[in-house]
Amino acid sequence: MESFLVLTVIKAVIVFAVLMTTLAYLQWVERKVIAHIQVRPGPYRVGPHGLLQPLADVIKLVTKEDLVPPYVNKTFYLLAPFLAITMALVSISVIPFGPILKIGPVDIGPLHIPQFETAMQLTDLNIGVLFILAASSLGVYGIALAGWSSNNKYALLGAMRSSAQMISYELPMSLAIASPLLVSNTLSLRKLVESQEGSILSWNILHGPFPQIFSFIIFLIASFAETNRVPFDLPEAENELVAGFHTEYSSMKFASFFMAEYANIITVSIMSCLLFLGGWNAPWPAAYGSSLVPAVIFGGAGVIALYHGLNAARKRDSYTFPVFGVVFLLLAGVFLLPPVQSWLIPLFWFVAKTGTIIFAFIWVRGTLPRFRYDQLMAFTWKYLFPAAMLNMLVTGFLVAWTTN
Amino acid sequence: MLSGVPISWFLTLSAVLFSLGVAGFLFRRNIITVFMSIELMLNAVNLSFVTFSYHHKEVAGHLFTFFVMVVAAAEAAVGLAIILTVFKNRATLNIDEIDSMKN
Amino acid sequence: MDVILFLIFAAAAVVCAVNVVVQTHPISSALSLVGVMGSLAVLYLLLGAEFIAAAQVIVYAGAIMVLFVFVIMLLNAGAESRKGRSFMVQFLGVPLLVFFLAIAAYFVQRMFPDSTTVRFGGFTGGGAEAVGRALFTTYLLPFEVTSILILIAIVGAIVLARKELD
Repeated sequence: MESFLVLTVIKAVIVFAVLMTTLAYLQWVERKVIAHIQVRPGPYRVGPHGLLQPLADVIKLVTKEDLVPPYVNKTFYLLAPFLAITMALVSISVIPFGPILKIGPVDIGPLHIPQFETAMQLTDLNIGVLFILAASSLGVYGIALAGWSSNNKYALLGAMRSSAQMISYELPMSLAIASPLLVSNTLSLRKLVESQEGSILSWNILHGPFPQIFSFIIFLIASFAETNRVPFDLPEAENELVAGFHTEYSSMKFASFFMAEYANIITVSIMSCLLFLGGWNAPWPAAYGSSLVPAVIFGGAGVIALYHGLNAARKRDSYTFPVFGVVFLLLAGVFLLPPVQSWLIPLFWFVAKTGTIIFAFIWVRGTLPRFRYDQLMAFTWKYLFPAAMLNMLVTGFLVAWTTN
Repeated sequence: MLSGVPISWFLTLSAVLFSLGVAGFLFRRNIITVFMSIELMLNAVNLSFVTFSYHHKEVAGHLFTFFVMVVAAAEAAVGLAIILTVFKNRATLNIDEIDSMKN
Repeated sequence: MDVILFLIFAAAAVVCAVNVVVQTHPISSALSLVGVMGSLAVLYLLLGAEFIAAAQVIVYAGAIMVLFVFVIMLLNAGAESRKGRSFMVQFLGVPLLVFFLAIAAYFVQRMFPDSTTVRFGGFTGGGAEAVGRALFTTYLLPFEVTSILILIAIVGAIVLARKELD
């Protein structure tokens, strides 16, 4: 019992630290990708290629004046960002990052670690998928309370629109989640990923009596709306002059809403990876050499970085690119070490798939215009929800027909 | 030290929540708060159902809870629509003032 | 361990329930009710009702109470005014309540004299598979009837709340 507690606390600390760093650097990735879509460099000066920009932003947000306007309803004003960020971060506790980690008997000097195994997950609930749905349902309160307590017409309007949009799109999202669950037959996230083992042909998006391509598309569209991203970001961008529901917030409370949005993006990307793209499973079995793919990718990136570093177009690149090249080549070397391969390679595939979906989120943001609010609501109730229901009916029928 | 929680504690908690719901229903005058006290009573009953389902080691109690939740959802939707209409016509949420059928 | 968890969340449920009844502003009551539902969801987990706990948070706390909060925000209902309580309500209300509760607790204690204890893992038949199986085999008729009930409720709510086409 005590060892379970200690182990879980250690895992929670590691996961939380990695998640917080990822949140900060996700903002850097977004700014860089949108900048390159718009043919400009993006954050470039603070640190090499703007890599210290998130640190500068954090320092700015923390040292800003933390103003609580006198005309707001103080209890709810202070409660709203707390609710938003808590519900966004609590979903990370049931997400499996990799297979079971076996740590053999190891002697490091005087320290003897006995053999034990632990899952790369904080807790494996039997109802893991429902837990994540519950956390995202409760996230609506943060936004609704933020708008209402701000005592500001525009904030209230933005908050009501955003909450109505979020609860309307929860329906097609739940139906799109239910369809691969019919194929995989379990609600536990670890068993869901383990049921997609094999090759790319056994991932839920391509496998089963009915390949879940439509569910994947419906889930992606619904998660764009759930996280208030373009093209559904009317509640936070139309009033961009007054910033929607977080108009009256400053400094750390504004940062909480910001972090909550990025944490929601990470959560829905991870969900789509686990439900449809096979979690941490490689596209082809390790027997055919898929364990070498990370090393090849990082090695290639390192070689390209070294080449561009030596023939630098901009003067600053001649310092930074060779360093990146060496770092990438070292990472490629790490992926070839046998002791870490059993857990690092699945983690690589998990991060690669999630990162692709997050890149798709950012790509869409840089490319598409946004919907008007009535178009948005009409889209979900008249088109997306019937499509999700039809998809689930067809999936259920085919699964029942082909299962004895 | 107790090895588990005695069943009677759960039932007592259910009784406490139910009576608080009854108290809110009888003594409050805002129509929405009265409605919320009804939801509190339904929750207390749900707790009772699940407790007895544990006692008999059957899943039927969970199903009753599920149906109570579904009916509560339907009731909340229609009830709040009625409250909206009443507010549109009377401009008050005080149940003492909504006391005649005439407009 | 189970006893400590029960006491914490039962105390949270009772405090939030008292808050629902006592607070003047409907929004505070609504959020306290969400607190009650959350605490009850944890108690359902203690009783082995995993699916019902998740359904409680998703349906009750995450959808029904959001509806309540929306209506309160739309109607802009202010705080209730405290005036004109009758003598009986003021002085006999709480003692009557406590008396009724004492009777209920006594009878409950008499009928269940500490025989069954609730602990984590005491009942494992509350998962989604067991509930789903029972829902679609033994209780199929109530399931279909409630789906029609929800349809009626949707149509009714839309008819009641739409603007009059005068």
